[in-house]
Amino acid sequence: MNKCGERLYNGIIKENPTFVLMLGMCPTLAVTTTAINGVGMGLSTTAVLVFSNLIISALRKIIPDRVRIPAYIVIVASLVTIVQLLLQAFIPSLYESLGIYIPLIVVNCIILGRAEAYAAKNGVVESAFDGIGMGLGFTVGLTFIAIFREILGGGAVFGFEFIPEDYRITIFGLAPGAFFVLAILTALQNKFKAPSATNGSAPKSALACGGNCASCSGAACASNHAVLEDIRAKEEAKAAEAKKAAALKAAQAKKEAEAKKAAEAKAADAKAEE
Amino acid sequence: MSKLLNVSSSPHVRDTVTTKSIMYDVLIAMLPAAAFGVFQFGIHALLVIVITMAACALSEYVYEYALKKPITIMDGSALVTGMILALNMPADIPLWIPVLGGIFAIIVVKQLYGGLGQNFMNPALAGRCFLLISFAGKMSSFTLDGWSGATPLAQLKSGQAVDVAAMFVGRIPGTIGEVSVIALLIGAAYMVVKKVISLRIPVAYILTTAIFVFIFGQQDLGFVVAHICGGGLIFGAFFMATDYVTSPITPNGQIVFGVLLGILTGLFRLFGGSAEGVSYAIIISNMLVPLIEKFTLPTAFGKEGKKS
Repeated sequence: MNKCGERLYNGIIKENPTFVLMLGMCPTLAVTTTAINGVGMGLSTTAVLVFSNLIISALRKIIPDRVRIPAYIVIVASLVTIVQLLLQAFIPSLYESLGIYIPLIVVNCIILGRAEAYAAKNGVVESAFDGIGMGLGFTVGLTFIAIFREILGGGAVFGFEFIPEDYRITIFGLAPGAFFVLAILTALQNKFKAPSATNGSAPKSALACGGNCASCSGAACASNHAVLEDIRAKEEAKAAEAKKAAALKAAQAKKEAEAKKAAEAKAADAKAEE
Repeated sequence: MSKLLNVSSSPHVRDTVTTKSIMYDVLIAMLPAAAFGVFQFGIHALLVIVITMAACALSEYVYEYALKKPITIMDGSALVTGMILALNMPADIPLWIPVLGGIFAIIVVKQLYGGLGQNFMNPALAGRCFLLISFAGKMSSFTLDGWSGATPLAQLKSGQAVDVAAMFVGRIPGTIGEVSVIALLIGAAYMVVKKVISLRIPVAYILTTAIFVFIFGQQDLGFVVAHICGGGLIFGAFFMATDYVTSPITPNGQIVFGVLLGILTGLFRLFGGSAEGVSYAIIISNMLVPLIEKFTLPTAFGKEGKKS
């Protein structure tokens, strides 16, 4: 359970997909014009992410390595279709406003990235929690950006308008505004050193790559581990030797002390005899 | 002391020209256009100019103070930015809009990229485009003597005849600084005489625009002259395209830059949706400057020519 909590923390704060990993920029920049859109997009992606991680993790030993990407895409695409049909059936307004970006969840880098980097290597429960964490992190990121853009560009919060039309800065509702808000929020995130993988505030591992194997898909990882294992073995051997030497020394010291004692006792005896 | 041998590191040739003197020369050069704008559009235009310059200087001061950097408002670059931005405003704009534009120009475009010399885009123009996109209606409603009307360029676009003489003097609706060609040319002459700018960029720019308009527009001298005198072409060519930071420093590069500006401006004016295109042409070309400089780097003295 501790590992699951760590996955949630990792997804929402430490490796937040929007502000730290900078993944899934297409929906981040395109649909965050209103807060509702941001939340909707985030939660749709979360749903797909959780189930895709779950299924891929469960099938990770069956899927042959060579065709894993097509296999992942098939799984993700099926899930996205389900989500799309559900949205169309039950929240048609959101379906209308998100438009093409719902089917585009299939090619969202977060989903394929998590499948490749985490779900394909870890157990089902952890993978599901990784999906929840990453999905919520994405939702939080999108919602923040969307709230700022909606206030500045649309003069409203969650559809409640409070700034008159004349005073709205239209550019924040357009693509450049998305870049401005994203950049400034990311800068603030870095400035206030919310613990994340990029600003150096997270505890560092001894590994050269940073040691975060959960999000690593490189081959360097394996060789790194071998080297580390080697060093550890060497160090253990050294420690054992030192221990042995110390024990030997102690034994010798004991012997000497005993001999001394015996000699002293002998001397005392001799004195007493005199 | 004078008999001792002096040893110093380069540069050995020094000049009295400083950033400050150049910036104040540019400000002086813009004064005729500003004065004409105030004379024509009334006291509100003066208010716009003063407030915008104050907003630019103040936001530069606040940013540098907050980040504990050396305060550079005395070098006048923020004032120049404010002046250019103000001269690009319609005279009856609500005052908070140019203030917003000034803050954007200085903080986002100039300071976030590292301050004077580091910005990749002309701050005043980026601020203007920011406002133009955000407040399209207010930024493009021009009045003259209480009468609201289309600018000569818009009239040209819709095929009406325009009065070229009035455009030359400046009795036309438009932004505060761009209307009077003659006032702008006086300022430009001052800058050329003081060697603040070279003529390469402006001449290449205006000539290319004229040729482009002649080829793709109407083959009519009046039409071409109206395009040259109308809108922000003269103002842009002499005051905005020649910004040291965002224009090429190589002589050939400056000509390439001017030609590029001319083509883009002609393209936007004749085939684009809006009547004017100088601002967008300049900021798009600004972004191509590093590329232009890379390909027009002159061969250093003493090196052999390029081996082909």
